[in-house]
Amino acid sequence: MSTLELEVVTPDKTVVRETVEMAVCPGVAGEFGVLPNHVSILSALKIGDLRYRVNGKDEHVFISGGFADMNNNVLSVLAESAEKAADIDTARAQAAKERAEKRLAEHSDTVDTTRAHAALARAIVRLQLAGH
Amino acid sequence: MPSLKDVKMKIVGVGKTKQITKAMNMVASAKLRGAQSRIEAFRPYAAKYHDVLAELSTKVEGNAHPLLNEHEEKKTCAILVITSDRGLCGGFNGNIIAKALKLAKEKQAQGMTVKFSCVGRKGRDAVRQAGYEILTAFADRMGSIDFSLASTVAQELIHGYETLDFDEVHCIYGEFVSMAQQPPKSLCLLPLKTPKAVENDAPAENGPHCEYIYEPKEEQLLAELLPRYVKVQVYRGLLDTSASEHAARMAAMDNATRNCNELINSLTLLYNKTRQASITSELIDIVGGAEALNG
Repeated sequence: MSTLELEVVTPDKTVVRETVEMAVCPGVAGEFGVLPNHVSILSALKIGDLRYRVNGKDEHVFISGGFADMNNNVLSVLAESAEKAADIDTARAQAAKERAEKRLAEHSDTVDTTRAHAALARAIVRLQLAGH
Repeated sequence: MPSLKDVKMKIVGVGKTKQITKAMNMVASAKLRGAQSRIEAFRPYAAKYHDVLAELSTKVEGNAHPLLNEHEEKKTCAILVITSDRGLCGGFNGNIIAKALKLAKEKQAQGMTVKFSCVGRKGRDAVRQAGYEILTAFADRMGSIDFSLASTVAQELIHGYETLDFDEVHCIYGEFVSMAQQPPKSLCLLPLKTPKAVENDAPAENGPHCEYIYEPKEEQLLAELLPRYVKVQVYRGLLDTSASEHAARMAAMDNATRNCNELINSLTLLYNKTRQASITSELIDIVGGAEALNG
């Protein structure tokens, strides 16, 4: 069976470097699947869940937005932060969610709503993934 | 000649200083290892980012994004200075600051107003003393640098550039070349110069070069990528400075420990000479007394 190389890198570490059977990325224009020998593609990613399959088993990685670059059968995902589903800190995500919700509820001018929304979205996806 | 007790006290004192410098050397070497491993961990990200951007920039027109455009009228220059928070690391901070102030002078001579943004207490203090305007300063953060700090710093500079508050942004940091070399490095952050793909080795080995699919459009993608590229560069500056700081401190403390050893040696010599001199003079007294009795 043909495979492709997947790397997920953040500024702090390389989160995933594996040979996978397929991957599904949360692109800004919608999810897209990448199978081995996919044509070269560069896509921006939104906050979401990156799925990949190894030996018929699905794995999930949280991505806080970034880029996916597929070239020469190597899919590189660049993200500012990324965590495998098993490594997600649920308590921290829960706290972040509550904090963001509180900020959004305040409706004051000092609150940076775009940032709060982004924080909320990140927390929600993290919690969803941790629940898998 | 100093008294025996004075010399003894001095030797003890220098010995204590030596203990401290030795300990600081070891702490710095441990921290350096951490900083170096962070640079290692960051390298794949930076390299990949560089490749992606180089690839993309060949596809779009020269002036596709405000961060790439040079401003016609140059009035204000922002300089980001990254130094350490603490001293005792030789000329490391001094070199960075000197370079930054020199650059500021040059820019002023060209008729620009110079503003500073500082990470690291030493740089902030020096810039404040020199009387330049400080936009933002982050002190006591060098021990806990992360990407979000780089992000905050870079965001402000990007915003200033986009709103035409600044017409040029430079970054000065301590580049980590080797254990023995940490020269201050000046880098032009904005207007951005897109990395050029290394043409020579790329085409042959990559096999048939196929067209990329871009999602969304190239221009939009560039608009997402470029600000992050600035952050990547700032983060690199932070990591490099942090590693350089520890390397410089290690060297400085190593020197200090060696100087302490020298000092202890020469003081011990003095101590022994003084001791002998006092014994000799006592003997002369005794012999002289005995002679007097016999006589």
